Amino acid sequence: MVQSPGPAVRSLSRRGLQLPSFRVRLAPALQALGRRKGRWYLSSPSHSEQPGAAAHLREEELRPAPEGTRAPLASATARGAHQPDNTAFTQQRLPAWQPLLSASITLPLFFCAGLAFIGLGLGLYYSSNGIKELGYDYTGNPGSGNCSLCGVADQDRAPPPSCPCAWYFSLSELFPGPVYLYYELTNFYQNNRRYGVSRDDAQLSGLPSALRHPANECAPYQRSPAGLPIAPCGAIANSLFNDTFSLWHQRLPGGPYVEVPLDRTGIAWWTDYHVKFHNPPLVNGSLALAFQGTARPPNWPRPVYLLSPDPNNTGFVNQDFVVWMRTAALPWFRKLYARIRQGNYSAGLPRGAYRLNITYNYPVRAFGGHKRIILSSISWMGGKNPFLGIAYLVVGSLCILTGFVMLVVYIRYQDQSDEADDQE
Amino acid sequence: MEPQPFRELLLCAEEKRVGTRTVFVGNHPISVAEDYIAQRFCDNRIVSSKYTFWNFIPKNLFEQFRRIANFYFLIIFLVQVTVDTPTSPVTSGLPLFFVITVTAIKQGYEDWLRHRADKEVNKRHVYIIENAKRVRKESEKIKVGDVVEVQADETFPCDLILLSSCTSDGTCYVTTASLDGESNCKTHFAVRDTIALGTAESIDRLRAAIECEQPQPDLYKFVGRISIYSNSPEAVARSLGPENLLLKGATLKNTKKIYGVAVYTGMETKMALNYQGKSQKRSAVEKSINLFLIVYLSILLTKAAVCTILKYVWQNTPYNDEPWYNQKTQKERDTFKVLKMFTDFLSFMVLFNFIIPVSMYVTVEMQKFLGSFFISWDKDFYDEEIDEGALVNTSDLNEELGQVDYVFTDKTGTLTENSMEFIECCIDGHTYKGVIQETDGFSQTDGPLTYFDKADKSREELFLRALCLCHTVEIKTNDAVDGATESAELTYVASSPDEIALVKGAKKYGFTFLGIHNGYMRVENQRKEIEDYELLHTLNFDSDRRRMSVIVRTQAGDILLFCKGADSTVFPRVQNHEIEATKAHVEQNAMDGYRTLCVAFKEIAPDDYERIDRQLMEAKMALQDREEKLGKVFDDIETNMNLIGATAVEDKLQDQAAETIEALHAAGLKVWVLTGDKMETAKSTCYACRLFQTSTELLELTTKTIEESERKEDRLHELLIEYRKKLVHEFPKSTRSLKKTWTEQQEYGLIIDGSTLSLILNSSHDSSSNNYKSIFVQICMKCTAVLCCRMAPLQKAQIVRMVKNLKGSPITLSIGDGANDVSMILESHVGIGIKGKEGRQASRNSDYSVPKFKHLKKLLLAHGHLYYVRIAHLVQYFFYKPLYDAAYLTMYNICFTSLPILAYSLLEQHIDIDTLTSDPRLYMKISGNSMLQWGPFLYWTFLAAFEGMVFFFGTYFLFQTSSLEENAKVYGNWTFGTIVFTVLVFTVTLKLALDTRFWTWINHFVIWGSLAFYVFFSFFWGGIIWPFLKQQRMYFVFAQMLSSVSIWLAIILLVFISLFPEILLIVLKNVRRRSARRNLSCKKASDSLSTRPSVRPLLLRTFSDESNIL
Repeated sequence: MVQSPGPAVRSLSRRGLQLPSFRVRLAPALQALGRRKGRWYLSSPSHSEQPGAAAHLREEELRPAPEGTRAPLASATARGAHQPDNTAFTQQRLPAWQPLLSASITLPLFFCAGLAFIGLGLGLYYSSNGIKELGYDYTGNPGSGNCSLCGVADQDRAPPPSCPCAWYFSLSELFPGPVYLYYELTNFYQNNRRYGVSRDDAQLSGLPSALRHPANECAPYQRSPAGLPIAPCGAIANSLFNDTFSLWHQRLPGGPYVEVPLDRTGIAWWTDYHVKFHNPPLVNGSLALAFQGTARPPNWPRPVYLLSPDPNNTGFVNQDFVVWMRTAALPWFRKLYARIRQGNYSAGLPRGAYRLNITYNYPVRAFGGHKRIILSSISWMGGKNPFLGIAYLVVGSLCILTGFVMLVVYIRYQDQSDEADDQE
Repeated sequence: MEPQPFRELLLCAEEKRVGTRTVFVGNHPISVAEDYIAQRFCDNRIVSSKYTFWNFIPKNLFEQFRRIANFYFLIIFLVQVTVDTPTSPVTSGLPLFFVITVTAIKQGYEDWLRHRADKEVNKRHVYIIENAKRVRKESEKIKVGDVVEVQADETFPCDLILLSSCTSDGTCYVTTASLDGESNCKTHFAVRDTIALGTAESIDRLRAAIECEQPQPDLYKFVGRISIYSNSPEAVARSLGPENLLLKGATLKNTKKIYGVAVYTGMETKMALNYQGKSQKRSAVEKSINLFLIVYLSILLTKAAVCTILKYVWQNTPYNDEPWYNQKTQKERDTFKVLKMFTDFLSFMVLFNFIIPVSMYVTVEMQKFLGSFFISWDKDFYDEEIDEGALVNTSDLNEELGQVDYVFTDKTGTLTENSMEFIECCIDGHTYKGVIQETDGFSQTDGPLTYFDKADKSREELFLRALCLCHTVEIKTNDAVDGATESAELTYVASSPDEIALVKGAKKYGFTFLGIHNGYMRVENQRKEIEDYELLHTLNFDSDRRRMSVIVRTQAGDILLFCKGADSTVFPRVQNHEIEATKAHVEQNAMDGYRTLCVAFKEIAPDDYERIDRQLMEAKMALQDREEKLGKVFDDIETNMNLIGATAVEDKLQDQAAETIEALHAAGLKVWVLTGDKMETAKSTCYACRLFQTSTELLELTTKTIEESERKEDRLHELLIEYRKKLVHEFPKSTRSLKKTWTEQQEYGLIIDGSTLSLILNSSHDSSSNNYKSIFVQICMKCTAVLCCRMAPLQKAQIVRMVKNLKGSPITLSIGDGANDVSMILESHVGIGIKGKEGRQASRNSDYSVPKFKHLKKLLLAHGHLYYVRIAHLVQYFFYKPLYDAAYLTMYNICFTSLPILAYSLLEQHIDIDTLTSDPRLYMKISGNSMLQWGPFLYWTFLAAFEGMVFFFGTYFLFQTSSLEENAKVYGNWTFGTIVFTVLVFTVTLKLALDTRFWTWINHFVIWGSLAFYVFFSFFWGGIIWPFLKQQRMYFVFAQMLSSVSIWLAIILLVFISLFPEILLIVLKNVRRRSARRNLSCKKASDSLSTRPSVRPLLLRTFSDESNIL
């Protein structure tokens, strides 16, 4: 019974030589590297098959089964005989594709993937590098500029007074647009669970019943001490970032500062703004009346319907608010504050001196945080983040490196088995 | 399935079994009965169902939660419900609910089927004789003591004592196919005094009491006594045995109707008592799973503990604990700190509990259940003769088939066909060899016989008469049960094919057995004369006595005892001088692989007979230990007999038995043959089926080798030590290396017989007895093949148990076909029954049953291998699958990743089936549960950890800038999670795709389908504001995510990085495997060249007729 498969295997692997596949492209390189060209079929899963391509269909035809055998269970009883059905499925002989990660496939694949990754990585890296970013930490730690007064002041008091300060900077060349204004907070755990669930999406979607009955998750910002429902309820809403910024441009030295128009709309997700967040139905055409009987969040200086004079940007659909309500994933995060795209500034910020007026409201030193204001341009891949580019470069080079290593290993093995062949 | 009610019932039955029960026939109390104690018996209702309509839910739930995994998830669920946790209770509740529901539905359905079957049985109409009238009743209303009428082809509704039948001799024919699988008719007898009561009226007048033992499950044991109070006040007592008892479940055949009195009803019938669930066998894989579960559980606990500690360290900074933007409620502030820590710990546990896969058990079970279909569907297991394929009784052990280390096989009916052919006989040392031609009516005086040497004519006839008389063969005729069976249409039916072969053999020599009529055995002799012999006593063959005897009275009035049995039991009982000549023949025949039986006779003087008769009667009347007493009486009688001769019956080897054994050997399995046969016979069979090769050095531990010296035990000890020295010297390395190098080294075979074994295993009081056992075990482990002959069924089980408890607890597989193998089958890890000729008992008790021994090869090498690889992958994959929104989490385990692995685990054939069967060496690779050891387990765990890191930190670095779109909008934490999750799903599924080496359309469909389904589901889940959710946090996250090029790129990158090591590994493995195969094939080529010559002459020797010619 025991037959010698030795010669068969050898002849099979020789047949492997004639395979077309990727050899064409890689043949020269291999010729240089290996003694015998083409013998780089790394594997065949079993000697009884694999006459050819590394990935091929095992063509075992479905044998014609008697009528009715396709329903195995039913027919077994119907025919009375207990003979099992002879179908491809029951006999585990379904036609199958047996791909093999042989070297002929993986090596070129590795090289191709490596090259592609490196290409992509370079592209990503350069576009990330092309992004200009300008930032200023205005936390106001002592001795760090004119915001330190505000910063010192805010210590230990929760709702701080509006404290004005400013950031002066000048651009020697055009800051290419469109330019976006972000604020960044650190050590602020928006991803904290207790914080993250402290909201009521039903209330925010404008449901009148939910407006009066905020969810329990909102506690302790569910009801005001007077027992009125807080709208919007919850810790997230209560801690809405309330520093305000305005940007002034001094075109000529000593000249007047001109306000750069900041577009405060279009900063939230379209679906958030249009679908998820809604104001409660107006009462007598007035939003203020709609919110009657509710209390403002304790930290807010004014009720929600007064967030902005623009009727499309106030209440729950205030874009600042909507952006804030999309909680960040990490304890340091940026949120979009405004877009600069209007008037003379649609192409970017022209050169000149600038002043960024800050109304310092938001206390961060209490929890060891920082706040920054950032001006940034953007590319097709988003904000400045060299990580992706570098990662692609690393993985790409790794691919190519492994490719070479594999090639060496492969050729080594090849030689060994050749020797074994020769010894026979 | 736990047969809880049965066990309880068995327990109570056990208590009640002591003592006897008294049954009054027809429930007519006997006036003279001393003290009538109303005994209460259970009614005739059969309850095999577990649940009733009302207790189903609580009971089923209770049973399900007794499973550790279910209970664990229940706890988790409860924690989630009570404690405020990040994940909603739905995430663990839904899968748990799913699992529980599916199981409950399955069990409920099974129970419903049982209910239905019970009802069918319980509501069947039976006829009871009440007040001399036939009354139709439902079966469940039968009470103990009722007289029941049963018609032909009906099954008995309860255990009955046969009172009378429509035949004049009070016999009836019964098949017990549904009880023990024996389809031949058995004759049951009525007590002589009640034979005449053939009508309802007469039966009603019968006043009798039956005393019998309390119900016990042994089908073949029954002792009782009937006291008949006819006219005289003095009762006539008759003994009752199993031949008087008609068992529930058996069917009445060839008899128009019978009357019987119910003695055991309902759950006390022997059938019900036998209907007990087998102890559930757990596979090694399942044990591994449980172990891994425990490891993961401890990881989980540590993780939760560490996280809790870290949390409190972090919270130590006041502004971290309660920053102004995130204040606590008053209640939270007031909570006791320790309690809070505890609940935090619990919530962390719940959060991380997804590392323990909920759905794994379901998937594993489904895989096993569906996978077992492939075994029963395999047409290679189909046998045309019996028109049946393989049968899977337990699907839990599929993968165990790939794990077997030791194979224990029965010889008769398993290795051999168990179709007997009478080959030759020897009378007084003269051999008679018949021409093997099975033509009926060929029974002429001097036609077919080839006389080598003639024995005395009278001795010859005596021998043939003995063959005709000393058996329990019955005649089945096609028509009526009367004596007109002169025609050649006799069909012999017997419990053992040996006997048929012998009777047929005798027929060939001119003596035809015509059947038993009214206690007379009718034999047609060579001169076509009919001889009648009154059958006085029969003592059936049993495996302890290894012989059977009959006592008959000839027409002339002489009383003769005929005995036939194994030589070892017969020789000591005959006069010595006769033995020598026959012994040579017997041994010669045994060497040739024939079964030999010796025949002896003895004349009994009439007065001796009277004494014997009395003793026998006494023994038969005994209520307890009747068999033993009978045996003892016969032991006394069967002395000083005269040996007439011996018979040789050939037992044909099964088709491809030798190839199968060879393949199993090559697969590194150790094959042990356990047989009740004689050593010589067994040895020759072993040679024939190549268990022993000519090169094998045999070590014998038999009575023969030991008997040489005076003190058996000393000699035994010496031998053991000697053998051990030999073996240990030969194989200084461990058994593992033995496996690898078995081809090159000297092989040893061990032969041991039952008596020596018992000497070793339960050897006496001296202190070295334990020593014997350990030495013996050492020897056994070093031998490639072990033959144990002269084994009692219990000894077979003993051996299996011994091997099972060896170091490293190897997996054992037993294969056998007869009732004597049942103990062994039940004892071993995997029991395989062969649907042979010795009834179906073995296959009913087995986990798998196949028609032939040769099927073992494919079953183990192909199916076992595949199932093992499949399940191993399945399990590892489940532990590998490493969290997020509730719905995602829930769907994750159930849908996204379960189906592909299920399909994979059902369809994967990493190696072709043909290759597997033709190259048994591959089996070695997976033996010893190698795929589920710590190594691979750690590999998968680390892989999972690595990937987890990649997922998290990849996304983490990506989110250094959270504006990832060209419109600069910012992404939040839900996007973060969704990215991680998407990468996860893709990685896990693609990893499976990488591991799949056998892509059928189902695999394609399921793998790509599940990815597509994931995408679709994500869109769907995020695309709608779900009114029942409190927080719409996933709203549009997925769609928004896909609009960012960076995220696309990141996902691709992360998936690639995660799969990179795997790809690398696979490619490297392929390189190595290929070169390994080259080496292997070279080696194999040389191997096969060298081994062949040693095989071939053996083949010639055993399969040619050469050896049969003297």
